Order: sequence, then C-alpha cells, then structure tokens
Amino acid sequence: MLPVLLVLTLVEVGSGLVLGRFEAQLLRFPSLLALIPVTIGSAGNLGSILAARLSTALHLGTLSFDPTDDRLGGNAIATVALALTLFPAVGVGAWGLTALTGGTRLSPATVVTIAVASGLVLAVLAVVVTVTVTYIAYRLELDPDDVVIPVVTNVCDVLGVVVLVGTAQVVL
Amino acid sequence: MSVRDAASEAYREALPALSASLVGGLLAGVVLGGMRGELRAVPGLLVVVPALLATRGNVYGSLGARISTALHQGLVEPRIRAGDERLRAAVAAALANGLLASTFAAVAAFAILTTLGAPVAPLPVLVAIAVLAGVFSGVALSAVVVTAVFAGFRRGRDPDALVGPLVTTTGDVFGVLFLLGAVRLVLAVGGVV
Repeated sequence: MLPVLLVLTLVEVGSGLVLGRFEAQLLRFPSLLALIPVTIGSAGNLGSILAARLSTALHLGTLSFDPTDDRLGGNAIATVALALTLFPAVGVGAWGLTALTGGTRLSPATVVTIAVASGLVLAVLAVVVTVTVTYIAYRLELDPDDVVIPVVTNVCDVLGVVVLVGTAQVVL
Repeated sequence: MSVRDAASEAYREALPALSASLVGGLLAGVVLGGMRGELRAVPGLLVVVPALLATRGNVYGSLGARISTALHQGLVEPRIRAGDERLRAAVAAALANGLLASTFAAVAAFAILTTLGAPVAPLPVLVAIAVLAGVFSGVALSAVVVTAVFAGFRRGRDPDALVGPLVTTTGDVFGVLFLLGAVRLVLAVGGVV
C-alpha cells in the first residue's frame, strides 16, 4: 500500500505544480479557485465509478473490449451524460457561492462555460483512461479492482487540474 | 441489454453519489477561494493542495473499505466502545500512512520548487502545515468513516456503497478546512508573514 501511495502522492504534486504555474491567475479570480476541488473530485469520481463498473462486469464475464459492446458503450455514454448533468451545477454553484462570500470578477456565464467545457473534456478523457487501464490490467492478468481504481482516480484528478486550467486559458 | 438500457442504469446508479460529492467539493472550493491571503503568505502551499486532498481520499477510502470487509467477514464488531484491537490497528495504520504521504508531498513540492528556482516557503513551514492538517483531518475522517460504516452496517445497508461517496464528500471539506486551520496556526506560531 505505502509505495503505491507515495507514487500517487508524487503524481498529485505534479498536478499541484500545474496549479502553481497559474497561481497568479487563480488568486486573481476566486471563482476559478473555487472550481478546483469540485472539478478534481468529480473527474476522479467519474473515472472511479466507471472503473468499478467495468471491473465488476469483467469479473462477471459480461464485458468484452469491443467498440460495439453494449455495456461498454452504455457506460461510456452514461459518463458523458453525467458530466453534462453535473458540471452546469458545478459552474453555477462555484460562481454563486463565491459571489455570496466575497465577490467575483468573472461573469456567471464565463464560470459556467469553463465548468461545462472542462466537464465534457474530462468525461471523454475519463472514458479513454479507464477503458485503457482496465484493458491493460486485464491483459496483464492483474485484478482490475486492486489496480484500476486507484490509478484511474489519481490520473483523473491530475487531468482535472490540467483540463480546468487549460480551459480557463482558452475562455478568459 | 441495449446500449440505452446500459447507459440509463449506469446513469441512475451513479448520480446520487456524484451529486453528494459535488456539494462537498463546492464547499471545499469556497473555503479555498477564501484562503487567498494564506496562499499568498505561504508560497508553494497551492502546489501541495491536490496531493493533500487526494491523500485523504486514498487513505481513508481504503480504511473504510477495510472496515467494511472486516464487518462482512465478522472480524470486527460494529461497536466503537468494543475497543477492538483490529479496528484500532487499522485506524492507526491509516493515520500513519496519511501523515507520511502528507509529509512526503510537502518535501517533494519544496524540493521541486527549489530546483526550479520558484518562490517557496521554508521547508519546516510547509512540513508543519502538512503534518498538522494531516493529523486534524485524519482524526476527524477516521471518526466519520468508522461511525458511518458501523451505523450503516447496523441498519442493514451495504457499507461498501457508503464509503466512496462519504469519503469524497467529507474528505474534501475536512481536508480544506483543516488545511486552513493548520496554515493559520503555523503562521501565528511562527510569525512567518
């Protein structure tokens, strides 16, 4: 457990360095800062829930790695649909709570646009990462439950930071 | 099962847990948004934030999973008063792992930022903040996880389904709140402003 934990921690410090690189901008716009934990958390959760479902289906023998597989396709569509449901609320919530607690410099439309665009990109990336990691674990005959969930969760955390900061650069 | 059925089943099962952790993440975000003064006062602190938050999820999520497995196997009694040896060992191991990972994150961030020539607070300041935040949030999260898993188990709910959303929701909120507390404490004691 401990070596894995330390490697994952180092990966997370890597995403922290991305935040540090854009610290001046994040400190100028508190609504962007407010988006960080919820975007990281939602990206990690989308990945880990998908990973748990694919692992179980794999154990039960009801999943095949075929692009036309109904279960694989259905879960991928659900991940994108979940992101499209949640991230508008993320944007509205982050803007509203920041406005209530101290004022924001960005318009609600800008914050919602950043949240939804990040969420959509993250959902697609979460599907790609999860399916790839699950497939590799399956080929290497590792138990997908042990390996896939921590790896996917932390990779999605990092992608959450990178995509959020990247989207902010495009939108602002 | 058609693609449509598979998608709607997956959607319905995931939405409640994701919504709960969304609320936790937003609350944590508001606290982080209000921490700008502290983030400016301690350069390098923002770099450690994702690692500290992830550690809470990684360590206490696995603590919850261990306890719920032990409950299923009948190795642990669902009573806190019982002072079970196995339960105490699991909590102690989680706290130790959490502290070690937090300290490691602070040291790694300091080393990398120093190498890059970026501004960074003194190492003892970063480590003190990481350790204090790790102790406070570790104790609080252990209490929440153990209590909730036991309560869920006694009411006949599957604790496995409870642990994930619970840890991601409370982990973010406690993680950021106790981080703020730790920074204020260290700045007050050290007078490093």
